[in-house]
Amino acid sequence: MARIFAYIVHKGGVADDSAAELAAAAGKIDATESPVAVVTGWGADCDAVCESLRASFGEVWKIANAALAYPNAEIVRQALVSVLPSGSLVLIPHAHFGTDLAPGLSIKMDAAYVPDVLGIEGMDGAVLKLVRQEFDGQVNAHVRCDISTGAVITIRPGAFKPVERTAAGGTVVDKSAAVGALTARRRYLETIAAETGDVDITRYPVLVSIGRGIEEQENVAIAQDLADALGAALTCSRPVVDAKWMEKSRQVGSSGQTVKPKVYLACGISGSFQHLAGIKGNPFMVAINKNPKAPIFRVADVGIAADILEFLPELTSRIREK
Amino acid sequence: MEILVCARRVPDTSENEIEMNSAGNDIARDDLVYSVNEPDNYAVEEALRIVERSGGNVTVVTVGGDDDEEILRREMAMGAKHGVLLSDQSFSGADGRGIATILAAFVTKGHYDLILTGVQAEDGAAQVGGMLAALLDYPFASLVDSIETLEGKLKIGREIEGGNREIYEIDLPCVLSIQTGINEPRYVGMRGIRQVASVPIPTFGAADLGVNGNVTGAAVKVKRLDYFVPPLGKGAEMLKGDTAEIVGQLIELLKAKGGLK
Repeated sequence: MARIFAYIVHKGGVADDSAAELAAAAGKIDATESPVAVVTGWGADCDAVCESLRASFGEVWKIANAALAYPNAEIVRQALVSVLPSGSLVLIPHAHFGTDLAPGLSIKMDAAYVPDVLGIEGMDGAVLKLVRQEFDGQVNAHVRCDISTGAVITIRPGAFKPVERTAAGGTVVDKSAAVGALTARRRYLETIAAETGDVDITRYPVLVSIGRGIEEQENVAIAQDLADALGAALTCSRPVVDAKWMEKSRQVGSSGQTVKPKVYLACGISGSFQHLAGIKGNPFMVAINKNPKAPIFRVADVGIAADILEFLPELTSRIREK
Repeated sequence: MEILVCARRVPDTSENEIEMNSAGNDIARDDLVYSVNEPDNYAVEEALRIVERSGGNVTVVTVGGDDDEEILRREMAMGAKHGVLLSDQSFSGADGRGIATILAAFVTKGHYDLILTGVQAEDGAAQVGGMLAALLDYPFASLVDSIETLEGKLKIGREIEGGNREIYEIDLPCVLSIQTGINEPRYVGMRGIRQVASVPIPTFGAADLGVNGNVTGAAVKVKRLDYFVPPLGKGAEMLKGDTAEIVGQLIELLKAKGGLK
């Protein structure tokens, strides 16, 4: 059985929550062997991350290089290709860094690639059976992956529950010397912080949130009316921002704001995992969607199968009557 | 600048609710409406804006069959100068790597400064752009939400978490996957499509591209076995009744949960 490596995303000397999720996913592939954590970085931050991972991984491979101080996927890929043995299984979190790194890594390692995996059903010989989602989560798919020449697999954030590990006292192995010259045909310049909008949506206990089901820009006012009646902020999912109907600062999701309301009304929102990733604190969630099979109904507390363009005005006028 | 945009024809989820077939192993395909993968329109629009600023041509390419010509013509109606179809019986069943291999073979037959893809297609894999770049040994960036052209290179923005953005400089030639929302894709009317209806679309097969054998058979490492409906889990409690009754129930629930005073 090939060794399993978990690529650790980290920031400010602290490993991301995904580290424990990758360890859990690795356990579903092979419960008998502890996965190896792989850390790329530079200086004290890199050392601190490696040290912290000793509590949960039996082995930590450290790849330190000044060129790796900022996680530029184009440079990280070169480092991994020179250090990881061919035929390895490499797990990477499926977030913005993973989509930047993993597809090219699979080519350079001559390994299979399965992106955004949310279930692992087991191994049969050199064939791994996995679960993915398609069509914005409307259906799942079983996927077979031939891992005989290795595989790169990105793991859906939140899909694998971390398990308690007792491999405390893991060793840090310094692999930095195995890295050759690193060239950057893509050079990091700076990070631009999110624009702040007129309303800080993270401060509101009640959010009325709209998605593709709002259909037209003119209809946004219908949802704003409801938000006003409830004393709530109006927020949205990605398609509404893509269409330029609302500001980016109003977007809830992994690429937008993370909110922690008490009550969340998801109106005409299908419920992609990127959107749900921005909703924390387990609010009371009401979903209103005309498609009774929309994925949002799997996670909401209360569902209403209705067209929001008809339902929201009714709700608003009844609230105003009171 | 010569720009190649890789596009794909997919079931249109704004027109279809995806449902299972009666056998329960595939999606019901009889009534599916197909259209261009929506994110690819943003890639084509961005390519058109670059050539409008600094000259050049936009070519749109897809891997598929005769039915897929319609999306090439749609993107040509947007303003792409050429459409190219990569088509061969042996291409069916190619996985993401196979598609990237076919595209890479086409790219090396011509000369392109910049290659764009949409951020992802209906399978949510977001893989072909990064694979294509690695096969060509070009630099790559995903989730690109701004492009500024400089001499021999680009200044690009990438969308990361929390609405923050990373800014990079990237050498040409390169491959970029374009995030939705980077621009507002121009409208295409029936008239525009009619104007390009008779423009010939060159087609290249496996032999033309020299990819015989390495995108099928044992080269296919990743294969979808079936579709299934995800387990419901707890699921939402669905409110029943006419609209007035449902509104009444919802107002009581909102009061109880602190959503309404």
